[in-house]
Amino acid sequence: MQEPTDILQVDVWRGDTSGGRLVIYQVPQQLSQTILDVVTWIQREQDPQLAYRFSCRVGMCGSCAMMVNGIPRWTCRTHVQKVVQNNRLTIEPLRNLPVIKDLVCDMSEFFAKWKVAGGQFMPRKTRQDPVEPLLPDSPKRAAANAAVECINCAICYAACDVVTWNPGYLGPAALNRAWSLLNDERDSGQQARLRAIASDAGCHNCHSHANCTTYCPNELNPSASIAGLKRLAARAVFTGNL
Amino acid sequence: MMIKPHRGQPLWIAFLLHRISGLGLAIFLPFHFYLLGLALEQSETMDGLLRWSDYPLVKFAEFGLVFLLAVHMFGGLRLLALEFLPWNDRQKTLAAAAVALSFLLALGFLMRAV
Amino acid sequence: MHGFRIYLLQRISAMIMAPLVLLHLGVMIVVIQGGLDSAEILSRTRGSLFWGGTYGLFVLVVSVHAAIGIRVVMFEWMSFKGFKLNLVSWLVFAVLLMMGARAVYAVVA
Repeated sequence: MQEPTDILQVDVWRGDTSGGRLVIYQVPQQLSQTILDVVTWIQREQDPQLAYRFSCRVGMCGSCAMMVNGIPRWTCRTHVQKVVQNNRLTIEPLRNLPVIKDLVCDMSEFFAKWKVAGGQFMPRKTRQDPVEPLLPDSPKRAAANAAVECINCAICYAACDVVTWNPGYLGPAALNRAWSLLNDERDSGQQARLRAIASDAGCHNCHSHANCTTYCPNELNPSASIAGLKRLAARAVFTGNL
Repeated sequence: MMIKPHRGQPLWIAFLLHRISGLGLAIFLPFHFYLLGLALEQSETMDGLLRWSDYPLVKFAEFGLVFLLAVHMFGGLRLLALEFLPWNDRQKTLAAAAVALSFLLALGFLMRAV
Repeated sequence: MHGFRIYLLQRISAMIMAPLVLLHLGVMIVVIQGGLDSAEILSRTRGSLFWGGTYGLFVLVVSVHAAIGIRVVMFEWMSFKGFKLNLVSWLVFAVLLMMGARAVYAVVA
């Protein structure tokens, strides 16, 4: 391991449901250091009370998502060198979600909205039926596949200002999931799902800021999915199906 | 007022421009309608107020209004295309084009106003 | 479902207005040459069914569009809800419609 040459000044949000503040830590720089490395160093060397989430630490699970210098990122995949400004960093819990402690936020409402938007797959067939052939390059399957890689890290949710201004809004992840399933030929719950995405909390609230698309680490495009939902819902209204 | 870091990206700025232009136009409209309504019974007052439009500062303000209307409309057309036509990946380019086109139109107005 | 229908109304009003706004921008660019003169403008608009109809439609549609736009801003940025939100929306619609209709009448009658 390389000898540290510089000291980073890192502001970390500490607190809980009753409030909190930024606390400054001096953290030695390391070669190829990530933000998750920084947080881990602080918890191990400076303050064992620091609460934070991580799991795979290789950019697959999305558990380590936090606000880094005001931008939501996977901290395990964010190199300090890429984001540090004048040797300073600010690390905060994800926006738009209630904080449990320090850098850990309560994901309950995020998952609840996923369900409300019709995020659960509703199969038409049973294990008794023959396997349904699906063409991978049919337009609907292509649309479903383009949206299917979401790992529920909530970065898009944290980035979305409509969620900030309209707390009931289902949000980009839930709506992106609904779009993926609405394009899934195997699903039988489309009517209920359509009603959900056209509800008062639904897709029409999106103003196409595209923060979701900009910051999604999996390079998904919830903005495009939501635009697709708007078209689906509008067509349903005009054909009397909604 | 500092814009938060996550809001600095081009399409969010395009949204802000669209919302501010809409608000500006909505506030302007009642004054606009009032001035035109003067033609009914108070045409001298109307002429008096229209003479304000000879001042350079007012001409510049009118240029601003034309820009606001144009940018709100062209930005709005981009949104209508985004929402009702198949997805286009070049949203940033389209947003920039809307601003550029609006500015040129408003400039055309200004050139004729001075 | 109410919210989605208001959204559709907003989009439809926008589509109707696009050609009207283009026309209006064109008119402004033409008319501004040589300064604004009420007699010059009114000589073209007085008694005109075309101008009355076109701008009458413009006023109706912009009243709907602006009212819904203001509604969304009041909801998102001022946290207006329920009765207060509906009141502001209808007020904006009514004021713009009445003042606008009067303006159209004033230049066409």
